[in-house]
Amino acid sequence: MLSYFSNPQRFDQLARVLIPLFGGLALILLGVGVWLSFFASPPDYQQGETIRIMYVHVPAAYMAMALYAALAVASFVYFVWRHALADAAAEVIAPLGAVFTILALFTGSLWGKPMWGTWWEWDARMTSVLVLLLVYLGYMALRAALEDAQQAARTGAILAMAGIINLVIVKFSVDWWSSLHQPASVIRFDGPTIHASQLWPLAVMAVAYTFLAGWLVLYRLRSQALRRRARTLQRQREQVARQLEEAVS
Amino acid sequence: MSEFLAMGGYAAFVWPTWVASVLALVGLAVHALLERRAAREALRRLEEDEA
Repeated sequence: MLSYFSNPQRFDQLARVLIPLFGGLALILLGVGVWLSFFASPPDYQQGETIRIMYVHVPAAYMAMALYAALAVASFVYFVWRHALADAAAEVIAPLGAVFTILALFTGSLWGKPMWGTWWEWDARMTSVLVLLLVYLGYMALRAALEDAQQAARTGAILAMAGIINLVIVKFSVDWWSSLHQPASVIRFDGPTIHASQLWPLAVMAVAYTFLAGWLVLYRLRSQALRRRARTLQRQREQVARQLEEAVS
Repeated sequence: MSEFLAMGGYAAFVWPTWVASVLALVGLAVHALLERRAAREALRRLEEDEA
């Protein structure tokens, strides 16, 4: 299946169908999610209205991690099979993941202040998410610094795969160390431990974020294909100009 | 309405959270759209030069 969709033309056909589908679903679900978050869910019995921070904080944090997993998978596929499309996906996913990580940190801070009494604490969860942001930024800086595109892709892939260790630490940080942050209450073996009235808005928002991220990745991949085509054209032209110059001299 | 906006006294935390989230998501989408336009424009100019 992988090699089936690694064909650029076939990918383009698929993307043309999925882009409007993902975009439409993201818009509808975001609308429903906002309505559920503000009008169909009661204030929490302990946290009051700050519970409405959860409906955007958790999806942002979940996307920060899911996009990193996607980055690592794309990097692995590129590293092993050298599919150009996998590398293009990795390049597009990284900045997106960085934005969601910043959003998770920022909204978490705004939730932490009223509920924990602090904007920030150097505990395991918060610190490991900050490291996640640094890994994203390091990956992007590394790619930008290496001029040879193939070298940038390969070195980036190694960094992205190594960074998966930190993703595991982020996920289990709340179990392995004592943290201000609560442990998982949705994705756990014995099922969610939050009430349906809060699970619904959260789930709808999380799915909406997922479709939005999917839309962004596919949409930007198609733009990137245009840019790569332009770059190839430019390079061909430069080569022709150089050959002409040599012929003249 | 004002009770809704007050968010039980947590307005200073709830609203900035949502404003930042909306700005980030809208920003990402607008950036993607503008990027497409710029890429298409750049390619068109290159192909025009060719002709």
